[in-house]
Amino acid sequence: MKALLIAGRELRAYLRSPFGYIVAAATLLIDGLLFEGFALGAEARLSADVLFDFFYFASGTTMVASVLLSMRLIAEERQTGTLVLMNTAPVRDADIVLGKFLAAFGFVALLTLLTIYMPLLILVNGKVSLGHIVVGYVGLLLLAAASIAIGLFGSTVARTQVVAAIVGAGILVIMLLLWLVARVTDPPLSAFLAGLALHNERQNPFMRGLFRLDNAVYYVAVTYFFLLCATKTLEARRWR
Amino acid sequence: MIEVVDLCKYYGDRRAAGPLSFTIERGEIVGLLGLNGAGKTTALRILACDLLPSSGTVRVDGLDVVEDPHEVRRRIGYLPETPPLYGEMTVHEYLVFAARLRGVAGSQASRAADGVEESLQLTAVRDDVISSLSLGFRQRVGIAQAVVHKPALLILDEPITGLDPAQIIEMRQLLRELRSEHTIVLSSHILTEISETCDRILVLREGEIVAAGKEADISRRMLGGVQIEVTVRVGPAATVESVRALLAGTPGATGVTAIAARETGPDIASFCVDADRDVRETVSRALVDAGAGILEIVRSRRELESVFLRLTGADPGAHLLPSAGIASGAGVPS
Repeated sequence: MKALLIAGRELRAYLRSPFGYIVAAATLLIDGLLFEGFALGAEARLSADVLFDFFYFASGTTMVASVLLSMRLIAEERQTGTLVLMNTAPVRDADIVLGKFLAAFGFVALLTLLTIYMPLLILVNGKVSLGHIVVGYVGLLLLAAASIAIGLFGSTVARTQVVAAIVGAGILVIMLLLWLVARVTDPPLSAFLAGLALHNERQNPFMRGLFRLDNAVYYVAVTYFFLLCATKTLEARRWR
Repeated sequence: MIEVVDLCKYYGDRRAAGPLSFTIERGEIVGLLGLNGAGKTTALRILACDLLPSSGTVRVDGLDVVEDPHEVRRRIGYLPETPPLYGEMTVHEYLVFAARLRGVAGSQASRAADGVEESLQLTAVRDDVISSLSLGFRQRVGIAQAVVHKPALLILDEPITGLDPAQIIEMRQLLRELRSEHTIVLSSHILTEISETCDRILVLREGEIVAAGKEADISRRMLGGVQIEVTVRVGPAATVESVRALLAGTPGATGVTAIAARETGPDIASFCVDADRDVRETVSRALVDAGAGILEIVRSRRELESVFLRLTGADPGAHLLPSAGIASGAGVPS
């Protein structure tokens, strides 16, 4: 399977580059600070609320980390001229995109799971269910997958990493803000836009420990859509 | 091995290459020659299945590059102008990755990598990180990735650019070794280099083939003959004037011009002789008989350069000779 081969190489590239570690360290540090400063807070709070806040902050840092880690995936290879190696090998464009996605997802997943000590502290010292923690992480990983797919699409469209990051972040922010647009539009459009928004209605249930299949399907669909766009963009590039 | 018919490639409205038609036989080394921007890289990228042609057909081993790109890619190794190297990998890791990407099974990939490391003398650096290698080594790793899966066809874009003279000699040697196993297509904008290594040259100008054939054939066709340079030591027996007259009188010679002496020293004169055939033997005998001291008789280097400049259109004063057959048969290789 060529996608796994590409993913393996890409994952090693993350682990050997200072950039991967910098993003990981910054994300973990900010997660920790937000947890200590805001989620725990000064006065006594319900454990479930603390956990909800933790997932809320973590979802923000996860999205930022996903865009930062995915911007280089294709754009960097195009800049350094290494994309040719895969383009002239018997590898389908879908395998290139899937391999790149799996590597970035693997790295972000590793990074996200490293935050587990915080929910575990709540579990030990407070009263939350294990299910709440598991569902919260499932939500985070689904959000990460969608964000990486968006960032990867930005990386395929753009010629440089900076432009890739801007395109990826732009799409991500627009999708986040759709719920605000939904508030000022009339039904049935408002319901549609609210359902399409990346975070608000979709992520909240996960943060509360509520697993709903439609929300999971939504994230998988967004991921699939942007990976498909990335593949088609890569294919179209051969004609130019 | 390669069959190209009416290939065209447009970037937007701009024609980057074409219409190109040529064939390349198995085991040949063919050079694409042209100035920067003549369409060499575009043509090679299409052969390598990196780009798709706008029109026309390209067949490699009987397989169409548009319909069967994966099968074609299995058969080719491609070295672009900048070698596609991942700086953070070691040479061995990288070659194993390249081999597996080209479909060599996991267990054999490491052995294949070992094999090319040995044949390209990379064993000493196999565990070095690629970003730490010198330019010459990088270029060699670039070639190694192109041959690691033993492709039938090897496509090299400007393989000698940026190499120092010692590395250029090494690269020539390497190309000669590789030709036993691969058909090779390479590109260059350096005429002497390409005439040194290639069996056949295709000269590109503005995306089209303006001449094709062996280097000597092309110059004969272009100049309507050959050009030699003669350097002699003149003396009382053979004066500058008498040598010039003697050269002009040589059977086959069509014109003689005195040029700046090729060597410094007293009584040394150089001439450029245009002839309809190679007259070096006749000239040398005549000069010896006349008592002139021969210092050098060579095929003119300017001959190659002027052919190149005329063909590539870089010489604004030159026009193509009507007798050169450029318009008619040159696009179709013999």
